[in-house]
Amino acid sequence: MSSRLPGRPSAAWKGSAFVALCGAAAAIIVAMLAIILADVVRNGWAGLGWEFLVSAPSEGMRGGGVGPAIFGTFALVLLMTIAVVPVGVLTAVYLFEYARPDSAFARAVNLAVSNLAGVPSIVFGLFGLGFFVRFVGGGIDRVFHAGELAWGKPSILWAALTLALLTLPVVIVTTGEALRAVPVAAREASFALGATKWQTISRVVLPQSLAGILTGAILAVSRGAGEVAPIMFTGAAYFLPKLPTRLTDQFMELGYHVYVLSTQSPDIEATKPILYSTVLVLLFLTFLLNATAIAIRARFRAALRPQDA
Amino acid sequence: MSSSPAGRRTATTAVASAASESRRRAARRAERLFGAVVRTAAFAAILAIVLIFVFVGREALPLLRQGQAPGHGEEIVSWASLAGPTTYPDRPPRYVWQPVSAVPKYNLLPLVVGTLKTTLVAILFAGPLAVLAAILTSEFAPRWVSQVVKPTIELLAGIPSVVLGFFALMVLATWLQGLLGVRYRLNALTAGIGLGLAVIPIIYTVAEDALAAVPRSYREASYALGASRWETAVRIVVPAALPGIFAGVALGFGRAVGETMIVLMASGNAALATWPLTDSVRTLSATIAAELGEVVFGGPHYRVLFLLGVLLFVFTFAVNLAGELTVRRLRERLGGRA
Repeated sequence: MSSRLPGRPSAAWKGSAFVALCGAAAAIIVAMLAIILADVVRNGWAGLGWEFLVSAPSEGMRGGGVGPAIFGTFALVLLMTIAVVPVGVLTAVYLFEYARPDSAFARAVNLAVSNLAGVPSIVFGLFGLGFFVRFVGGGIDRVFHAGELAWGKPSILWAALTLALLTLPVVIVTTGEALRAVPVAAREASFALGATKWQTISRVVLPQSLAGILTGAILAVSRGAGEVAPIMFTGAAYFLPKLPTRLTDQFMELGYHVYVLSTQSPDIEATKPILYSTVLVLLFLTFLLNATAIAIRARFRAALRPQDA
Repeated sequence: MSSSPAGRRTATTAVASAASESRRRAARRAERLFGAVVRTAAFAAILAIVLIFVFVGREALPLLRQGQAPGHGEEIVSWASLAGPTTYPDRPPRYVWQPVSAVPKYNLLPLVVGTLKTTLVAILFAGPLAVLAAILTSEFAPRWVSQVVKPTIELLAGIPSVVLGFFALMVLATWLQGLLGVRYRLNALTAGIGLGLAVIPIIYTVAEDALAAVPRSYREASYALGASRWETAVRIVVPAALPGIFAGVALGFGRAVGETMIVLMASGNAALATWPLTDSVRTLSATIAAELGEVVFGGPHYRVLFLLGVLLFVFTFAVNLAGELTVRRLRERLGGRA
């Protein structure tokens, strides 16, 4: 505020009022987050415990825990990660190491990535049902199972692939950032020693961007673990007596469990403690993942900054 | 993270491969193969966008042909019945979304109105808060304030939308009802504010980027002419960043239109085409989520739900494209980060 000129009280007054308004807006945002977190922690904390984390729901969702939903969430994001990380990393390698930035194909890929990031999650759900479940799954059944229903129904595989598409932009953008942070000098040194492009990428560039790739994968997992709309029709189930063991099995999932508990319960007051604890588990999981990603990213940014200069 | 061990290993490899002709040929083959793999992977993103459009559209397409096929009788969903009102012999025509009844009615207007109402509330709620907070952190705030606000926004962005929907349903709805004394807990206002919570991080991030992209020389020139810090912010920096701020609002709008779980849980889901914000509404996205689980595969209702998906896809595609292009053009005009 030292740059304010003296002798213009009206302007100074207006200035303070405007800054106060901006401050109030920021304070409201901070307060809202605090209220959400405080509400969830206050109401959900008591119900947490080892028993809650491992046991299955009982008494028509009014008792027991969320063990199967936690298991299903982990299995789902694991499958998703296996699908999305290789494709995302290779796409980023293409965009930053191979393509000329102004080539038509590179532009098209960039445009597709940014638009993919904006497609509504429910449209991914429709796509997963229309493409993976009905077209691919139904096709496999027609060709290999003589029309018997095995793959052409919602399952953990189709849900994971749908989520992989949804999180593809996250992996591409984060990996791209990491690739860009590798100094050009490192590549040139490698080329000067006679290494080919593939050797340079696999032994110099990718090892140095490992932290960034890891960040992208974690952010994708965090995003995937919280999405409900894409998996509603592609594999998530309301309640299952046993854990998924095959790719064609359906599964329970934390986010979907929150949705079901809070909208389909006949007696919301009786479900409430369990509901809050489930939300707390989901929030804790996603925050933990995000915090890890942010910490790793901060470290690799700090590590690479001096070399850029 | 030092590059020297990797570099040394590469050097050894290079010398070794120079020694052997056959190994060099193998390296060239690996080179070509990897190039092909990388290009194929990059194609996946384009393929995904095309496939989404084709396969969501494919399930909706028979609606077009059904109108012409004879013998379908009452199963016909004509364009007129989607866009226009339902006519009655004894009552004035009304816009009705009633897919499960003896005579299914698929007038889209109530869903479009519901979507616009919740989205409007979300933008009016989130827009000013996010933009003002972005101006605060980029122009005025001391370091410690930014160090509180920025992680808050990151945390808010990390909250799954089903949790925001849960919060709007369990807590926000009760508060708003107590505050305004409205009849229904779940309405466009409740859903809109819940939706706003999801939109704030998007608008904030894009707006803050746009403000930071305004070159320092603009600010210095303004200070040199005797303007104060807030005059510089309001008259110089914000106008220069305005296209980017608008782009942020547009991207937030696109997200709000497509967001599903929050409106599904907090809007009340009654398909009413009325003006008051305190009436229950049903949005396009929530309609798909609520009804797709109970439709006959391949039936007219199923097809109409995919048509709603096509509408959402095309709309958000256009909004995002416009926002994206604006941000890019602004960055070029301001000559990148100062």
